[in-house]
Amino acid sequence: MTIRGMARIAGAYEHPDRKIPGKSIAQVHAEVALGALADAGLSVADVDAYFCAGDAPGFGPVSMADYLGLKQLRFADSTETGGSSYIAHVGHAAAAIATGKCRVALITLAGLPRSQPVPRPSASALAPEAGFEQPFGPTTVSMYALAARRHMYEYGTTSAQLAAIKVAASQHAQHNPNAMLPQPVTIEEVLASPMISDPLHRLDCCVISDGGGALVVVAPEVAAGLPRQTVTVLGHGESPKVAAGGPIDLTYTGAVWSGPRAFEEAGVTPADVDYASIYDSFTITVLQTIEDLGFCAKGKGGAFVADGALLAPQGALPFNTDGGGLCNNHPVNRGGMTKVIEAVRQLRGEAQPAVQVPDCQIAIAHGNGGSLGTRSAAATLILGREDA
Amino acid sequence: MTTPAPSQPPVPAQSLPAPPPAVNPETEAFWGATADGRLLLKRCLDCGAVIWYPRAICPACASLRTEWIEAAGRGRVYSYTVNHRGEGAYQGSPPFVLGYVELDEGPRMMTNLVGVDLAGLAVGMPVEVVFHDTGAGSALPRFQPLRQ
Repeated sequence: MTIRGMARIAGAYEHPDRKIPGKSIAQVHAEVALGALADAGLSVADVDAYFCAGDAPGFGPVSMADYLGLKQLRFADSTETGGSSYIAHVGHAAAAIATGKCRVALITLAGLPRSQPVPRPSASALAPEAGFEQPFGPTTVSMYALAARRHMYEYGTTSAQLAAIKVAASQHAQHNPNAMLPQPVTIEEVLASPMISDPLHRLDCCVISDGGGALVVVAPEVAAGLPRQTVTVLGHGESPKVAAGGPIDLTYTGAVWSGPRAFEEAGVTPADVDYASIYDSFTITVLQTIEDLGFCAKGKGGAFVADGALLAPQGALPFNTDGGGLCNNHPVNRGGMTKVIEAVRQLRGEAQPAVQVPDCQIAIAHGNGGSLGTRSAAATLILGREDA
Repeated sequence: MTTPAPSQPPVPAQSLPAPPPAVNPETEAFWGATADGRLLLKRCLDCGAVIWYPRAICPACASLRTEWIEAAGRGRVYSYTVNHRGEGAYQGSPPFVLGYVELDEGPRMMTNLVGVDLAGLAVGMPVEVVFHDTGAGSALPRFQPLRQ
């Protein structure tokens, strides 16, 4: 049994704001939930499954279900794998729908790291690895910098090649009226931006934004009665990547496993993909991921991106046409949700006209959660146009 | 197994904070040894795997029979970064080096590289352990360029 064709994304909504003062986190969850349900032509009363991750305030899915008034739930899932959570949630929702556990699944993400900055919680002292990492001062950027350094050492990847990823994202962001950084940048500007943790500059990093997003995944028979064009879930794969006591390898991600699983289930290959949403917490995240998903050979990502492959609509692999986390939006430091939303826009033909991929039939959305410098989780989703 | 180097009594960290680690019953032997200037590793008694980070279970074969061994305290730099934006205990610190060192025994451990000219950092550089006293009955195993 597979989930291929067994579920549809009927609603997708991205909060338009990047700074949201004067609201609570739960309130923003509610705004995006209602936005996605309205997009689908459904209401809160139709929801029988709810999915959220660690950004949801309170007790797993229960507090938010209570707050939102989700009174008909028969399925709930609070899988927490950082930024990849929401991509995993779509796969889990499709599996639950395929096995008859539910028919209308709501997935929400929201948070306010700009308006309500709280001291970054130190990793739990109870995590088994805590004592062996935290005392040495690892930060999010420095963890990805370690991965970038090793990739450079093994494959000759350069800072200018990484910068080409930011340049492509900025070219796309200029067409997005909601983008946080709508100004195109050059490779030289990326390289001249302040060094945060070498070899990563400030412009190698994603933005920090308030905001959120939501998705509604439904059974095909539900989709048939809805006014909007839906998107078919074709395949999904997940894989936590752990060192498991062996020597850690910083040159690849869990996409080496999640990708093939998703492609196999979908019955397509990387060559069939018309549009790619790739989680871009940092430029190096994109580089490693596109190699691991098979869009180019391992170690050749630098040359691939420097050749303009990521530019929409004409590139070999048009990516992150909303500007991605690097330029548009990175709500709660979790990129998976917006990756799915932009893939849905592309398959509906509703991306910004300048970056809409012509005749977009197959899209991929990939998320990574945790840290490329230690341990992480990967999730891959393959989506198809309703008639594809 | 390489021969352990003579123990290196902990010294005060010169320019870096040395925040105390989280210690629990599973790891207190490791941290107690650092206070004596010794770097311990876990080895599986069933499959022989040398395990990092130290834990009671062998993640290679799921055995619960593991033993402490003493590392030589030497290795090579696997990756590194000069972090200009410290957080937590490191907030406001001058740029410092975070890295992974591949020990001669095989594991790759997160650490700081100290006593090194930032311009001279390189992947593959041979290094040796130095212990920085946390003031809490433990010492952080950091690495400096190997002195022949």
